[in-house]
Amino acid sequence: MALKASALKVGDTHSERVVENLSRTQIVQYAGVSGDYNPLHTDDVYTREIAGYKSVFAHGMLTMGLTSKMLSNYVGDGRLTKFGVRFTNQVWPGDTLDASATVEAIREENGQKLVDLKLSTTNQDGKEVVSGSATARIDA
Amino acid sequence: MAKITFPVEATHIMMFARAIGDTNPVYHDAEAAKKSEVGSIIAPPSFAQAVAQFDPDYHLRPKPGQKWFGSGKTASGVEGKPASSGGLHAEQHYEYVRPLRPGDVLTCETLPGKTWERESKRAGKLTFRERVTEYRDQTGELVMIARGVGVTTERPVDAG
Repeated sequence: MALKASALKVGDTHSERVVENLSRTQIVQYAGVSGDYNPLHTDDVYTREIAGYKSVFAHGMLTMGLTSKMLSNYVGDGRLTKFGVRFTNQVWPGDTLDASATVEAIREENGQKLVDLKLSTTNQDGKEVVSGSATARIDA
Repeated sequence: MAKITFPVEATHIMMFARAIGDTNPVYHDAEAAKKSEVGSIIAPPSFAQAVAQFDPDYHLRPKPGQKWFGSGKTASGVEGKPASSGGLHAEQHYEYVRPLRPGDVLTCETLPGKTWERESKRAGKLTFRERVTEYRDQTGELVMIARGVGVTTERPVDAG
C-alpha cells in the first residue's frame, strides 16, 4: 500500500526486524544468488587464517537487501526513485538486525509527491551497520 | 570497460528474494503480482547486484582450471603471496527510473569514477574507488544507475 502525503509528517518512523540470528547458510545463499563468492563471506578457514577476521561476515549487499525489505514494506512496491547506503560496520553470523526509515521531508517535484527517508540498520548491540537514505513516490 | 548483457529472469528474482528473506509475493507469485499495483513480478531494489553472474571475468567466482584464493588443502589456494579479496564494499547507491521485470534484457556499462584516500583508526589507510554503472533495457531506455564505492584497507578492519 502506498503512503499518502496527507497522512505523513516529518519524524514519522517505520522499523522492522529484518533478520534474527543470521546464519552462515543465509550468507552462502546470498553468495550463490548474487554471484559474489568472496571467501570472506563463504570460507571461514580462509577468513580466519589468511584474512585475519574472527569469522566470515555478511556481504554489505546482503545487509542492503535486508534493509530494502523494510523499505519496500513501508513505501510499497516499485515506489523507490533513490536508495543509497553506507556500510558502517560489519555484520556477523548470529547478528540480529533492525532496520528503520524516518521521514525527513515530504515534497513535490513535477507534480509528483515524494518522501525523503533517512535509513538506519542496527545490530543487537545498538551499533549501526548501515546508514542511508531513500526517496519514494507517494500518493497525495 | 566491456558492456555486460543481463537477462532478468523470474527464477533468479525468486531466489534473490529468498536470500534476503523477503516473502513479498510480488517477487515470486505471478498471479498475486498481476493484481498488485505494479502489475507483474518485479525485482527487489538491490537485485542489480546479481549482474556479477553475467560478467564472464568476475573475480569473486571460482573458475575451472584457475587457482582460487579461498581454502582447499591449505587455508588459501594461492600460495606465496597475500591473497586479495579486492577489498570491501563501502557504499552503494541506486537511482531508479522503473523497477526491473522478468523479460528485461539489460545492457550494463560501468564507468570508473573518482578515487580518494583517507586515514582510519580501525583499518589504517583506506583507498576508495567509485564505479558508476548504467543499466539500459532492450529498447535502449535508461532504467537504473548504480554507484558503488569499494574500499581497500591497509589491515583487517578492527571490529571495535
